Amino acid sequence: MDGTPTIHYVIHIESYVSSSSSEAQQAASIDAIALLLKNDLLSLETLVREMEMYLTTTDNIIRSRGILLLGELLMRLMSKPLGDTAISSLMEFFTERLADWKALHGALVGCLALLRRKTGVGMISRSQAKAVAESYLKTLQVQSLGQHDRKLCLQILECLLDRYRDALFSLGDDLVYGICEAIDGEKDPQCLMLIFHIVELLAQLFPEASGPLENFAGDLFEILECYFPIHFTHPKSDDVDIKREELSRALMLAFASTPLFEPSVIPLLLDKLSSSLPSAKVESLKYLSFCTLKYGGDRMEKYTKSLWSALKDALFTSPQSTLSEDSDPIDGLGFHESEIMTQALEFLQVLVRQHNASFLSLIMGDGDISTFLNSFSQFDNFNSLSTQYKQRLHAVGHVLSVCIKASASSCNKVFESFFPRLVDALRLSVDNSHGIVHSAVDANFNFGALYLCVELLAACRQLVVSSDEVASAHDLARDSWCQILHSFSTSLCNVFFCLIRASCVESTRNAYVYAAVKGLEILATFPGSFISVSKLMYENILLTLTSIIESEFNKKFLWKAALKALVEISLFVNKYHEDEKAASFNSIVKQKIVSLISSDDLNMPQSLKLEAVFDIGLTGKNFMLSVVSELEKTISANLSEILVHGDRRLAGLTAGLLECYSNKVLPWFHVNGGADEVSLSFAVNIFTKMEHNTSLSLEAEGKELLGATMAAMKQAMTCCSVESQEKVLQKAIDVMETNSFFFSNNLILGTDLFNKKTQLGQTSEGLSCQDEWIISLFASVVIALRPQTQIPNIRLLLQLLAMTLLEGHIPSAQALGSLVNKLPLNISEDCSLKELIDMLLKNVLWRNISIGKEGNHGDAVAMSNLRSSSLNSHAVIGLAWIGKGLLMRGHEKLKDVTMTFLSCLVSNEDQGNLLPFNDQMKDPAELKVFSLRKSAADAFHIVMSDSDACLNRNYHAIVRPLYKQRFFNIMMPMFLSAIAKCDSSTSRCFLYQAFAHLVSETPLVAVVGDAKKVLPVLMDCFLILSKDISHKEIIYSVLIVLSGILTDKNGQETIIENAPMVIRRLIELTSYPYMMVIRETAIQCFGAMSELPHARIYPMRTQVLQAITKALDDPKRVVRLEAVKCRLAWASIASRSIHF
Amino acid sequence: MVSELINANPVVYKKKERRDRGARTVLDEYAAEPIDQLEIFDHIRDIKDPEHPYSLEELKVITEDAIDIDDQRSYVRVTFTPTVEHCSMATVIGLCLRVKLMRSLPSRYKVDIRVAPGSHATETAVNKQLNDKERVAAALENPNLVDMVDECLAPSYA
Repeated sequence: MDGTPTIHYVIHIESYVSSSSSEAQQAASIDAIALLLKNDLLSLETLVREMEMYLTTTDNIIRSRGILLLGELLMRLMSKPLGDTAISSLMEFFTERLADWKALHGALVGCLALLRRKTGVGMISRSQAKAVAESYLKTLQVQSLGQHDRKLCLQILECLLDRYRDALFSLGDDLVYGICEAIDGEKDPQCLMLIFHIVELLAQLFPEASGPLENFAGDLFEILECYFPIHFTHPKSDDVDIKREELSRALMLAFASTPLFEPSVIPLLLDKLSSSLPSAKVESLKYLSFCTLKYGGDRMEKYTKSLWSALKDALFTSPQSTLSEDSDPIDGLGFHESEIMTQALEFLQVLVRQHNASFLSLIMGDGDISTFLNSFSQFDNFNSLSTQYKQRLHAVGHVLSVCIKASASSCNKVFESFFPRLVDALRLSVDNSHGIVHSAVDANFNFGALYLCVELLAACRQLVVSSDEVASAHDLARDSWCQILHSFSTSLCNVFFCLIRASCVESTRNAYVYAAVKGLEILATFPGSFISVSKLMYENILLTLTSIIESEFNKKFLWKAALKALVEISLFVNKYHEDEKAASFNSIVKQKIVSLISSDDLNMPQSLKLEAVFDIGLTGKNFMLSVVSELEKTISANLSEILVHGDRRLAGLTAGLLECYSNKVLPWFHVNGGADEVSLSFAVNIFTKMEHNTSLSLEAEGKELLGATMAAMKQAMTCCSVESQEKVLQKAIDVMETNSFFFSNNLILGTDLFNKKTQLGQTSEGLSCQDEWIISLFASVVIALRPQTQIPNIRLLLQLLAMTLLEGHIPSAQALGSLVNKLPLNISEDCSLKELIDMLLKNVLWRNISIGKEGNHGDAVAMSNLRSSSLNSHAVIGLAWIGKGLLMRGHEKLKDVTMTFLSCLVSNEDQGNLLPFNDQMKDPAELKVFSLRKSAADAFHIVMSDSDACLNRNYHAIVRPLYKQRFFNIMMPMFLSAIAKCDSSTSRCFLYQAFAHLVSETPLVAVVGDAKKVLPVLMDCFLILSKDISHKEIIYSVLIVLSGILTDKNGQETIIENAPMVIRRLIELTSYPYMMVIRETAIQCFGAMSELPHARIYPMRTQVLQAITKALDDPKRVVRLEAVKCRLAWASIASRSIHF
Repeated sequence: MVSELINANPVVYKKKERRDRGARTVLDEYAAEPIDQLEIFDHIRDIKDPEHPYSLEELKVITEDAIDIDDQRSYVRVTFTPTVEHCSMATVIGLCLRVKLMRSLPSRYKVDIRVAPGSHATETAVNKQLNDKERVAAALENPNLVDMVDECLAPSYA
C-alpha cells in the first residue's frame, strides 16, 4: 500500500474525531474513509491499528468519537464481506464497550451494524450473539438513556430476537426480565413501535404456556396495558412519521401475540368498551375481534356471556347511529352506520363463527330481543314510532343478519325461532296456489315486521351468494330455512305488491316503499336452485317494477327505488346466466323500457325516460345494443317527420335524443367496444334521411336540432375508424351531388357564390335551409376526419366549402381549417398541400378582401383599396379558421394569412379622425370596411384560442407542441413595429385589439418572458380601448394577463420599472363603469402591488389610496369588499396612519 | 395595562354562519347593491376583544340586529353591549368599531357608536366620548391606544 492514502485517511480520522470540525466536514471525512475501505485501498485491520489511540484513550470525548467512527464505518460496510477473525474481534470489542457508559453511543452503533450483517458477508456466531445479549442485560440501563440511544438499544434487542432466536432461548427468565426492565415507561412513539414489536417477537420465542414468559406475562402486560387505547396527538413533524393507526395496530399485534395475555387482555378490553369515549369503544371492539381470533375458541368460551352483554350494550343503547334526513336513505330507516356499529357487527360475526351453536343460543335466548319481537303489535303505526324504537329495530335487524350470514345452520336456527313471529305480524299464510296475486289485503302492515323480514331475506341471499359452490348450494336448498321461505314466498310477494299498489294510490312513507321494492328485488335475485319464487311470480315482479317506471314518474322515491331494483336484477341476470330468467327479463323489461325511447307519451319527462333506459342499459352490452337500434330508429323516424312533413313539435324531443346519443351512448361504446359499427350506421343513416328530403323549411326550432345533429355527427365520426370515415364521406358526397344545388351545375373554380346564384336565378342572401343542413352535416364529417382518411376530389370540396363560408357559414370555415390542418403534405402526385392552399387563398378568399390586386400571386394582400363592392368579412373569418389550422400544424403558409390580417389592420387609407365608435359613419362602404377590419382583429382571437367545435385533439387535429408560444414570438415584434409606425388612431385601435387577443390567449410563461416589451403596449391597450364599451371583454382578458405578470417573480421586476404608468392605468380601471369584474380585478392588482418594494411604490401611495377610497363607495358589494382589503394593505405601507 | 382581567370568564357564543350572498354571476351589470346591515356586520364581526382571544361576535358584544343603516342618508349606528356593566374596555371597543368603520366605509357616512341602553354603568359618558370627534382624534394620537386598536383589528381571518 502506498503512502498517499495512508496520510489521507489519517487526516480524515483526525478531522472526524476532532470536536472543532463542522458536521459537514465530519460527514465528508467518514464518507472518504468508507470509500477507501470499500475499494480495498485500506484494510480494516490497518485502520483499527491506526486508530488504537482514539479507541483506548482515557479522554471520554475523544474515545467516544473514535468508537463512533468505527461503528459508523461498519454501518456503511454492511454489504462488504469481512473475515471471521475481523468480525469476531470487532464484536468482542464492542460487546466489551457496552459497559463503557461514557462512550456508549458508538458501541451501540457498532453492535447494531455487526448484528445486522447478512449471511454471505460474514455474520457473527451464535455464542457471540449470546455474549452480546448477556452483556446488554447486565450493563445497560435502557430507560436512563436519551431518546437516540434508547432507540438503538431497542433496535439491537429487536434484531437479536428476530435473527438469533436460538442463542437467546437459553437465557430464559433473565431475558424476559431484562426486556421488561428495558421497556418499562417508554413514551417516544418510535421507540414504542419497536417495543410493541419486541413483545410480539418475545412471545414467538417462548410460545409454550409453561415457559419463562408465564411468570412474567402479568408484568409484561402491565407495561403494555397503559398504552391502550392509543391516544396520540403528536404534532406533525418531519422526523416522526408514525401515525396513530400504525401504533394502534402494533399494539394490537402485541396484545394478541400470546394466549398468556388472555386473562388480562379481555377484562381490560371489556372494561374499556363500557367507557363513554367513542374512540375507546371502537378500539376495544377492533382489538376484541382480533384477539378473539388469535386466542381461539377454547380460551374465549368462558367470556361469551359477558361479551354478548357488552356487545348488546354497544349495539342497542349507544345512540351513535345518526338518523339522516336525506331523501336518499342508505337503508329503509335512513341510518348512517356509525364506526362503533360497524366494528361491533364485525366482532359479532367473529364470535358467531367461532362459537357457532353456543353463542347463537345466547342470542336466541336473549330476553331483550324476544321481548322486542313480541312487542310488534304495540307499534302498528309508523308515524308513532320513536327514533329510539327505530334504532333498536335497526340493531336487531343487523344482529339477526349477522347470525344468518355466519352459516347455514345458524340461518336455520334464526328462521325457525323468529320467522313465525314475523309471519304472524304480517298475517302471512302458507300458500300453495303460486303466483296468484291477492288483491283484497289491507295495506296497513306492521313496519317492524316488514323491515326485519326484508333484512332477513337480504341476509339469506348473501349467504347463498357467498357460498358459490354448487354442491353446497344443493345442501342449502334442503335446509329448513329454505323450505320455510319457499312456502311463504308467494304470500310475501303479495304483501310487497300490496304495498306498492297502495303507494301508487296514496302517498306512503318512503320506508315502506323502500322495504317493498327491496323485498321484491331480493326475491327476484335468488340464484337458480333456490327458486323461492315461481316463474309466474318472477314475471309479476318484473311487470310491477316496469310499470312503475312507465307510469309512476311523479312519485320520485318509488320511481328511483324501482329503477335501482331493475338495475340490480339486470346485473344479476347477466352475472348468473340463468336462461329462463334472462328470457323473461328480456321479454318483459327490455322491450318495455326500450320502447320508452320512441313512446309518444308526452306526460313523462324525456330526461326521466332516458335516465331509466341508460341506467338499465349500462348493465349489459346486449341491452345497450337494442337501446341503440331503438334510439337510431326513433331519431331517423323523427327526422323524417320533421324534415319531410314539417312536423316541428318533434324538434325539441329529437334534439334531446341526439344529445343523449352523443353524450351517453357513444362514449359508452367507446369504452366498451363496438363504437365503430354503431357510429358508422348512425352517420350513414342520417345522410340517407337527407337524401330523401327535397324541400325543407325550418326556422328557430331548426337551429337547435341542427346543432344537436351536428354534435352527434361529429361525435360519431370521431369514434369511426379510417375505413368507416371514408364510407361516410363518400355517402355525404353522394348526397350532396344529388341534392345540393352547388353540385347540380358545373362548378367552376374561382367563381364565387354570388355569381353562381345569379346564374341560377337566386337572389336571396345566405344558404337555403336544405343546403344549410347538408353542408353543415358535411362540415361536421370533415371536422372530425382522421388525418389518414383519403378524401376524394379534394379540390372540388375545398372550393365548395370556401363558397359556403363566404355566405357566412361558420362550420364550413371550421371544416376548411380542419382540412388544411390534417391533409398530408403531398396529397397525390400532381397535387401538394401548398398548391391547394395557394389556390384556396388566392382564388376564393383574397378576391373578397381586396379586388384589383392582380399582381399579387400567393402573397399577402396589401390593403390598397378597401372600397370594393365585394368586401366580405366572412372571408376574413374563414381565413382565420384556415390560419388556425395552419398554425397548429406549423405550416409556413400561415405567414401569408397573418400578413393579410395585419395589412387589414393597418390601412393607410383612413383619415386619422375617423373614430370607429362614432355613429356618424353613414357611408355603407365605409361601414363595410370597418367591419372587415374589426373581423381581422378578432381573427387573432380565433387563431389563438382553443375551440370546442373543431381543431382539438378530440377531433384528431395535428397539434404541434408550443405552437402558441411560437406564434406569439413571431407576431410580437411585428405588432410592436406596426404600432410604432402607425399614425392613425383608428388603425392603432384595431392593432391594439388584435394584440390584446394575441397576448391574452398566449400561455403566461411566454408573456412574462417578454414582459419588458409587452407591458408598455398593454398599458396603451387599456388607455385606448377603455373608451369604448364594446371592448370590455378584451380589457378584462388583458387585465387578467397583467395580474398574471404581477404574480410572477420576473414579471414583478418589469412592473416595478413601470410602476407609475401601471398604477395610473389601474387607477382609471378602478372606476371603469361598464364591467364589475374589471373594477374588482384592478383593485386586486393593487392589492398584489402593495407587496412590491416600498421605495418604488411609496410615491404613488396617495393617488392609489384616493382611488381606492372612491371604490369604497362602489355600487357593487364585491368591489367594496376588495377595496377595504386593498386599502388596509396600502394604508399600512410605511405608516399606520388611519386618517386615510 | 390592567393586571387583572375585568371579565375573567366571559360567555362565548357560537358564531353565526356566514351567509352566502348567492351566486357570483352578475345578472345586471349596472344594478346598485346598497350597503346593508349584513355588510356592516361583516366588517366588524371579526374584531378581536381587547382582553380575550374571541371576536366581538362570539362574545355577543355586537349583533346584526344592533346595526341601523340608511344608505340614502349615509348614516349608520352601531349599538354594542359590553359583557359586564363596569367594563372599562367599552371605550376601547367603541374606538375599534369606529376606526374599523372609518376605514371600511365611504367618507360620506356619518358613524354613530353607542353603548346599548342599560348595559353600562357610565353609559352617557362613554357615548359622549365615542362620538366626540376631537376626543377620538386625540385618542388616536396616543401610540399605546393605536397599538391596542390595531391589534384588535388585525385580520384574524385570512
